[in-house]
Amino acid sequence: MRTTPLHDHHRQLGAKLAEFAGWLMPIQYPAGILAEHRHCRELAALFDICHMGEFQVRGPGAAAALDALLPRRASTQKPGACRYNFLLDSRGGTLDDLVVYRLAAEEFMLVVNAGTADADAAFLRERLPAGVEFRDLRNELGKLDLQGPESFRVLAACGVPETAIPPYFHWTLLPLFGMEVLLSRTGYTGERGVELYLPRQRVAECWERLLAQPQVKPVGLGARDTLRLEMGYPLYGHELDPETTPVEAGFATLLEPARAATLRTPQKRLAGFRLEGRRAARAGAPVRNPQTGEPCGIVTSGAFSPSLGRAVALGYVHGGEAPAPGSIFLLGEGAAPLPATVVELPFWRQGTARAQS
Amino acid sequence: MKRYSKEHEWVELEGDVATMGITAFAAEELGDITYVELPALGKQVKTNEVLCVVESVKAASDVYCPVGGTVAAVNQELDGEPGLVNQEPEGKGWFCKLKGASPADFNALMTAEDYAKFTAK
Repeated sequence: MRTTPLHDHHRQLGAKLAEFAGWLMPIQYPAGILAEHRHCRELAALFDICHMGEFQVRGPGAAAALDALLPRRASTQKPGACRYNFLLDSRGGTLDDLVVYRLAAEEFMLVVNAGTADADAAFLRERLPAGVEFRDLRNELGKLDLQGPESFRVLAACGVPETAIPPYFHWTLLPLFGMEVLLSRTGYTGERGVELYLPRQRVAECWERLLAQPQVKPVGLGARDTLRLEMGYPLYGHELDPETTPVEAGFATLLEPARAATLRTPQKRLAGFRLEGRRAARAGAPVRNPQTGEPCGIVTSGAFSPSLGRAVALGYVHGGEAPAPGSIFLLGEGAAPLPATVVELPFWRQGTARAQS
Repeated sequence: MKRYSKEHEWVELEGDVATMGITAFAAEELGDITYVELPALGKQVKTNEVLCVVESVKAASDVYCPVGGTVAAVNQELDGEPGLVNQEPEGKGWFCKLKGASPADFNALMTAEDYAKFTAK
């Protein structure tokens, strides 16, 4: 199993470590998932995200080559902008979801999931035309996410004024602790925050110095999952997989219309479910028709939502149309399935991601 | 004196009434408890049957009944505050009381000392 440059730090902090996508990662620290979740919603959370992958695609024709490969255009993206995108198979099944950073006119950085990074690299190397260079940055770069309403104040205390932070879903290069970092105003929590890309051998120093700020606490992948679930953000392998198109996952409006037309006909639609109580419906549980009890879908993620104080779930309902908000379904097996109401996403509507501090 | 099961429940016996919950070790392993499905009052449970379900953020786990009996009381406070199980697993975080518990079943469970050795493995 692979470990990040912060493995010893996590052990010293008393983290519970577990395997995630081939990496031994901190699931939680002694504070626990609920406290870590709350800390990110209220102050500033620091995440070790060094397991994720970064690739560079550059050279004459790079923008056109990415346009041909991805269902959202890279060529209309301004340098300085980030764009959420997908890698799809020939029928529109999702091989990965990723964020594309336009670094320059013909230079891009692609940030991909850990579990799919090897396959993504092979997919891209095979399809990029001669003259467009593919570089695997995974051994060079590390990634730390600083997320939470206080994160800009934390950065200010570290010498990065708020005026230096780019708009939502944009990136910039700036000095932090004497190193050049690529900072993007992006994240996976719904809160104000940044993702930092820096030389892998200097990740530990950056981690220590950010953690030295009084508002910052380390937060593990357990809370990262409940934070993203409350935002309705997909997790690859749960809401997205090769059997699922981005249209089915609710991203129809993002896609280039010409490319969307090539995807297979939607057979299911993602829905957000709010449950009545604290008891959760878990991934893999059936979604059932409340009248007949017949299975009509599947739960893909489900947990107690710390911010809402009740359980929520994401899941697919068979059919070409998304179920209307307010529709009732039953989630789970057995004699006592859990009643759940379809609600619009996100579940958590008070996030600070787009707001200035 | 409490006794402990291999499935990480604790039991305390007074007369034929057994009070039970999950151990500090189990609560620590599970992490933050978010929901406890308490058994129905009057439910008859046999030794080693599933008594109820406890959920943490990450997963749901079955809780077994280390000594059979009839559910005579449940800890209603856990409905609103399941975190009591993490704060005080072997005190305020108790799950239920079982009437008609067998002393033989109780005596077959581990002592605190044996359980400490069992969980240190």
